[in-house]
Amino acid sequence: MSANSPFALLANATALPWAEVPEFAPEELVQATGKELDRGARLCSWFGLSEGPAVRLVALIAYDADNSLAVGRSRPFSGKYPSLAATHPQAHLFEREVWEQHGVMPQGHPWLKAVRRAGEAGPGVIDFFRVEGPEIHEVAVGPVHAGIIEPGHFRFQCAGEEVLHLEIALGYQHRGIEEALVGGPHRASLSQIETAAGDTTIAHTTAHAGVMEALAGAEPPLKAQWLRAIALELERLANHTGDLGAMAGDVAFLPTSAACGKIRGDYLNLTALICGNRFGRSLVRPGGCRVDLEPARIKTLAERLAVANAEADEACAWLWDAASVRSRFEHTGSVSTRQATEVGLVGPAARACGLVRDVRFDHPCGWHRFAQAPVAVWPGGDVFARARVRWLELQRSGRFVADELSNAPDGPVREPVEAPAPDTLAACLVEGWRGEVCHVALTGGEGRLRRYKITDPSFHNWTGVAIAMRSQAVSDFPLCNKSFNLSYCGHDL
Amino acid sequence: MFVLDAIAHRLRSGCQTMAYPKGPAPALPDRHGGALRLDAARCPEGCGECLPVCPTEAITRPAGQPTALDLGRCIFCSACVEACSHGAVSHTGDHRMAVRARGELVLGAAGQEQVRLAAELDEKLRKMFGRSLRLRQVSAGGCNACEADTNVLGTIGWDLGRFGIQFVASPRHADGLLITGPVTRNMELALRRTYDAVPEPKIVIAVGACAISGGPFEKNPQAGTGASSVVPVDLFIPGCPPHPLTILDGLLRLLGRLEGASGPPARP
Repeated sequence: MSANSPFALLANATALPWAEVPEFAPEELVQATGKELDRGARLCSWFGLSEGPAVRLVALIAYDADNSLAVGRSRPFSGKYPSLAATHPQAHLFEREVWEQHGVMPQGHPWLKAVRRAGEAGPGVIDFFRVEGPEIHEVAVGPVHAGIIEPGHFRFQCAGEEVLHLEIALGYQHRGIEEALVGGPHRASLSQIETAAGDTTIAHTTAHAGVMEALAGAEPPLKAQWLRAIALELERLANHTGDLGAMAGDVAFLPTSAACGKIRGDYLNLTALICGNRFGRSLVRPGGCRVDLEPARIKTLAERLAVANAEADEACAWLWDAASVRSRFEHTGSVSTRQATEVGLVGPAARACGLVRDVRFDHPCGWHRFAQAPVAVWPGGDVFARARVRWLELQRSGRFVADELSNAPDGPVREPVEAPAPDTLAACLVEGWRGEVCHVALTGGEGRLRRYKITDPSFHNWTGVAIAMRSQAVSDFPLCNKSFNLSYCGHDL
Repeated sequence: MFVLDAIAHRLRSGCQTMAYPKGPAPALPDRHGGALRLDAARCPEGCGECLPVCPTEAITRPAGQPTALDLGRCIFCSACVEACSHGAVSHTGDHRMAVRARGELVLGAAGQEQVRLAAELDEKLRKMFGRSLRLRQVSAGGCNACEADTNVLGTIGWDLGRFGIQFVASPRHADGLLITGPVTRNMELALRRTYDAVPEPKIVIAVGACAISGGPFEKNPQAGTGASSVVPVDLFIPGCPPHPLTILDGLLRLLGRLEGASGPPARP
């Protein structure tokens, strides 16, 4: 499929000179991207690049079946261009973002509005899609929620208990991470990337290290690649366990909820055993990892992992055994395979719709070139399927880490990285626990970052939550939302 | 049968709540390091090895003044400890870091090498909140790590409920706020409104480097410089994120619930 792509091909975590990226007229870029998406490619990222008063569009797409990425760009322009979202919904949020940041109008966009920008009253004070009728009522939730959760605003159009439509307004968490990276990397850049989505630190720092190494033409030491892969799976184990516990809690099934709350902490403590921090801060660095694992530590890690894996197995077995849980999970919050493909879902949310879509398998880089866990897929697209995919991934990631711990390569864990090459573009995808984390970096003439684009999996998947809520009881929102458990700050950056 | 399995599991595992604060505190991970200590007296004339490595510029050495380390901006990356060849900056292994005043997080000068730990609330507030504290949590640009490690205090291992501390759904039901994140521009109004909705008397707790100072986002105009730029703060709990033990220590310290509790375990 990629063989006759009009775009420039690149493998995951590699770079190419900016001059080699093919240039199109804006409408041609939209047309060419649409054509590739029709042929089965996937939109990983779509962003603007300022060129004086004008703007260029850049498209990064993935040919999953060919293990290949491709990039194209438009000529600088201003004013308007034909919307890609009008025909390919997976582009809708990207086009809104470009419009917000650069002022170019995607003509024909079905629902053009700000993504993060706010007036005096905050991001949620905007026009929402409304259903009219005497029996219709509106429910507004957020930005401050009932639990210990990040802020976001949810607007439901309901007929009685039934949700006809949900619109999600985010942006409350916007901290200006991408803007701050321009001209960098700066002193605080790495810390900002570590906290872009603070529960996905390993995936985001690995993607960042991937682009910085690609820009410098460096390959990190094998042992660092190994350690990153282990830390990435520990991050997945902790969060999936927490999610399964939280979903059990939302259907009032307390045994699994209570057990998973504790086991999640046990997995976080394994990450802390590696680097001191439960969320993997200060572990991944461009050029490698900050700390090494000595044999005794590997042994402790393996022993404690085995205990946590066994406990997670047991706690999940109760969940599947309980008819009350199955009846609440099944046929709740369904997303069809077609919808998932059209809106471009990634990660467990996509795999729960039967889509085989996993960066570790489709675009392996780092240690995943040598070792892989099977992709976990389940059909159905409902809460049950999303829980089931997590459970499969718990088992497979648990086994993967256990296997790889006995496979430690020799050698250093960190090597110095040269300065980034000038006028070069690099892209790195990493399969975080929520799905595809995508970092794209472009350097200017001095080798400093000219544009840095982060796409958290949540950016693709929030639309999935809105779709899943259609025709559901509004009281099922917590369960449906938890079954996706998306990041607010990862979306808002 | 999950019912029988679950009962068997409960019998087998017994009570899983930690003994702390009556018993010993659980050990921090050995690579965590705990609170930092800065003996500015050990800094040689003109030395600034640690200054450029700090990602949040938590360490400063203004001309003619001693080196200062602001634990409120520190993200505990250990880069300064690794850079310092004079033993001036060091790990203490101590999980206790919560303070009542922002300045008490600034280390370095003689007699101020370590944090000056929080004093408890005055008698009137302690009588009100000491055995029953209801908090509303507001994430205002938090990255979900401080939130997660606050949430974890509700799990069976920590069981925050045994101290009478609970997170509630409405500010109207709350005695105070626990704030995370640098207070982004887009959350400032929501935070103010939530604070106003909490009945008096009320307390505010800032958890994590972002909520104390803006942390790594201090210089981003879209982010903010912490909770105290918007509301008065009564307790600062540093970390990125603070370990759950550090948060729990801060809460109990504020409520005067730590009498007789043992100190941190000895460093291995």
